Amino acid sequence: MALRRFDLEAGGESFAFKPETEDKIAFWRGKYPADKQRSAVIPLLWLAQKDNNGWLSEPAMREVADRLEMPYIRVYEVATFYTMFRLQPVGKFHIQLCGTTPCQLRGAEDLKEVCKREIGKQMYVTDDKRLSWEEVECLGACVNAPMVQINDDYYEDLTPDSFAQIIGRLKNGVEVAPGPQIDRVNSAPEGGAKTLTDAALFDGSRNAISKLPNLPEPAAEASAEATGKPDAGAPTNVKREEPTAGKATLIDTTSKPEATKDGMSAPKDKKD
Amino acid sequence: MSDTFKLNIDGQEIEVPKHYTLMQACEEAGAEIPRFCYHERLSVAGNCRMCLVEWEGAPKPIASCAQIVGDMRPNRDGSAPIVRTGGAYVEKARNGVMEFLLINHPLDCPICDQGGECDLQDQAVAYGRSTSRYEENKRAVEDKYMGPLVKTIMTRCIQCTRCVRFVAEVAGVEEMGMISRGENAEITTYLEKSLTSELSGNVIDLCPVGALTSKPYAFNARPWELRKTSSIDVMDAMGAAIRVDAKGDAVMRIMPELNEEVNEEWLSDKSRFVWDGLGRQRLDRPYIRENGKLRAATWGEAFEAVKAALSVGADKIGVVAGDLIEVEQAKAALDLFRSLGVKNTDCRPAGAQYGTSGVREHYLFNPTLMGIEEADALLLIGTNPRVEAAVWNARIRKSWLWGNLKIGLIGEAVDLTYPYEHLGTSAADLDKLTSTDFFKVLKDAKRPMIVVGERALCREDGLKLLETVQRLSQDIGAVTEEWAGFGVLHTAAGRVGALDVGFVPAEGGLATADILGGELSTVVLLGADEADLSKLGNSKVVYVGSHGDAGASRADIVLPSAAYTEMTATYVNTEGRVQMTTRAVQPKGEAREGWAIFRALSAVCGKPLPYDTADQLRALLRGKEGENTVFSGRGYAPGARGAAALSQPVTGVSGTLSASPFEASVVDFYLTNPIARASKTMAECSALASRLDTPVAAE
Repeated sequence: MALRRFDLEAGGESFAFKPETEDKIAFWRGKYPADKQRSAVIPLLWLAQKDNNGWLSEPAMREVADRLEMPYIRVYEVATFYTMFRLQPVGKFHIQLCGTTPCQLRGAEDLKEVCKREIGKQMYVTDDKRLSWEEVECLGACVNAPMVQINDDYYEDLTPDSFAQIIGRLKNGVEVAPGPQIDRVNSAPEGGAKTLTDAALFDGSRNAISKLPNLPEPAAEASAEATGKPDAGAPTNVKREEPTAGKATLIDTTSKPEATKDGMSAPKDKKD
Repeated sequence: MSDTFKLNIDGQEIEVPKHYTLMQACEEAGAEIPRFCYHERLSVAGNCRMCLVEWEGAPKPIASCAQIVGDMRPNRDGSAPIVRTGGAYVEKARNGVMEFLLINHPLDCPICDQGGECDLQDQAVAYGRSTSRYEENKRAVEDKYMGPLVKTIMTRCIQCTRCVRFVAEVAGVEEMGMISRGENAEITTYLEKSLTSELSGNVIDLCPVGALTSKPYAFNARPWELRKTSSIDVMDAMGAAIRVDAKGDAVMRIMPELNEEVNEEWLSDKSRFVWDGLGRQRLDRPYIRENGKLRAATWGEAFEAVKAALSVGADKIGVVAGDLIEVEQAKAALDLFRSLGVKNTDCRPAGAQYGTSGVREHYLFNPTLMGIEEADALLLIGTNPRVEAAVWNARIRKSWLWGNLKIGLIGEAVDLTYPYEHLGTSAADLDKLTSTDFFKVLKDAKRPMIVVGERALCREDGLKLLETVQRLSQDIGAVTEEWAGFGVLHTAAGRVGALDVGFVPAEGGLATADILGGELSTVVLLGADEADLSKLGNSKVVYVGSHGDAGASRADIVLPSAAYTEMTATYVNTEGRVQMTTRAVQPKGEAREGWAIFRALSAVCGKPLPYDTADQLRALLRGKEGENTVFSGRGYAPGARGAAALSQPVTGVSGTLSASPFEASVVDFYLTNPIARASKTMAECSALASRLDTPVAAE
């Protein structure tokens, strides 16, 4: 993390929230009592960043401070503490590239090379003001590593090729679909499900379990002479509550019809 | 539930109040706890970890500054918790903390101004390792601009945040903060603007390392080569305790000393950085004006010239004392001129209406400066303590912040660093006070305090105002046996002392405005540079003072006197506290102490004064053995002892309260006296403040 300073030149002289943001500001401020309004500083900075083309300018920060009646330095401290507040201009599409271990192991280094080749160094904004990128810490989509976040959307399961393609499309204003860039739905396995595919698992046909482990044996069977077994001594834990059939919580469609009320019981069709 | 808690500290059973921190308890038990971030006058941050102690049974060492004793629990057997402030465990912990602190601290003590008086240096010797194990690159931090007073070398910063807390809590201007985080954390002002507080110099003292040092003092001297002299400040009427550090003939710096009753341990920027004015624009020999130009003269010539100027007849002579006059000079001058029959003597600003009744309490700050901490309501009338008594203003803020003080103001609505109820701008608004909510606050308060600015008493309705406020203080019960809640806040260090020796017009004598009106043949100015000298006309002017300022440039005869760091002299602060300065350096050139000039002059005039040494003069002031005079006790403020006298009504009142707004008494905080006006540092501050248009400058 490099030194973080406001780009005062690019920030200009003034900033105003968009009219439609006012509702959101009121929402966040409404969460805090009148004498604790400064608690809303982070959401407000975030809204200001959104209204300022993805970065927080010094006038925008001052606007937040003025609204919350905070000294500028107190807001400045917050804005510089959190790296998601960007103090320099970014492109229309700002790429946050995850470089944390899982993504790194899955090829984030290669994606970085793509960024450097296609855009330039970190936080550099292309001449057409469309693109910029930075490396960030884990964005919590490790299962789809490697991934990037472009503005508000995740683009996952990237390869250098597919990533370069996305960048190319963004450059030229062609729409890109967010999400995994390979044949998979969300975090589901590539090419469809590979386990738990047996339909019987889901139609309830396997629910009629006749016998549960650890239930007391029926008395008749116990009377049978068990040769070779060690002598049954006194149980070590006599206070233990013996599970009984009536108390068992197994899914037993025959004995618990009333349990359907709570929606936890077996499918209805099992009754037939 | 008892309010105390038993602890076993280093094998010693001790019982302390529950609100104590563990650090305080350890110190009570006689242990020394090292610290960087903790400061008893600031909130607890607990971020330097230097104060670690061992609490038996706790999984980790405890930061004793942040551990409240009441939150600790006894051992399982009910015995007092065992705390150790030494031993291998604690030493290892502190050693580790010190090693981390030093990882990024540069090894530049030989070129660091803090060297020799550095907490980190001292504690590294006591608790650190002998060598470093760190082999990586140290971090470097850009230096920050914080104005003309505070120099920064931010690589040395250990992020204790004392300065941030001081500026936010005591000075009351939230301008400093810690930005970024982790290894990149930096202390800075907002976008490196300069600090606008008039107490900003205190961060230099607070900084435990050499990150914030004094800009004017930079690379000038080492602490061990300075001659340190305890003295009293004269930049405002508070009389703060200071230490004058001198090398050879020059004052190198001024630092605050602890005086709980006056300045705690703070000092205003003017008092702290005015020292370079003591070396500039000095009058170091007598001058006589000949053909429109001042020429250097000998004392003999000068005295003859003065004698000639004084031979015009007593009613044609006037004497005006200035803001910085010491008691000895006032006494000697007054004795001489009274023996010559001069009645026109005054030490007050033009238009002043107070100080002649003979009741000392009517011009003193009776509730005492420390009294604000007990007060629960404060009414300020025609005063702006932020510039008139900056350190006391911080104390008002302290009482408001940590206590339950309610403040009302009649006067110019300025930023005082704490909220107040604005009740009007003129004396006439006092009549409407009874109908406001704040009047009820005052009336219900146990210890209400009413403070009138000296300047407010220097108007036509001054006496009426004094009488009204005196009556008001009686009405709301501000004057009781143990509480004298009415006071006058002066702006000049010498005023109360001069009033105490009776430096006011004698029966039928003229006051300042008339003396300076051009009617008299000879006017003697005792460092009176603040008064309006433009109407002097053809009066012959004798100026006695230390600096070449307004008075000296108008003068026909200049007699050079010593400045406050160059003499042992008595000053009485606004509370009536008699204090003494100490000579730190010799007077410049042929300059002499003020009283000695008048003693010598008295011999020339043939009316020798009855004392040959300053001690004899002071003995005279103190009175005979057992006699109780103003000057017989030193160092304490009369406070509530004056309550009875305060009940005496103000007499000779006529007229009504004026509706014209109170004027600011201090136009430029940094340039209120000849010494400050001679100081480059103060000029820089003043220029900066007026450019920033900060409250300090605007007032």
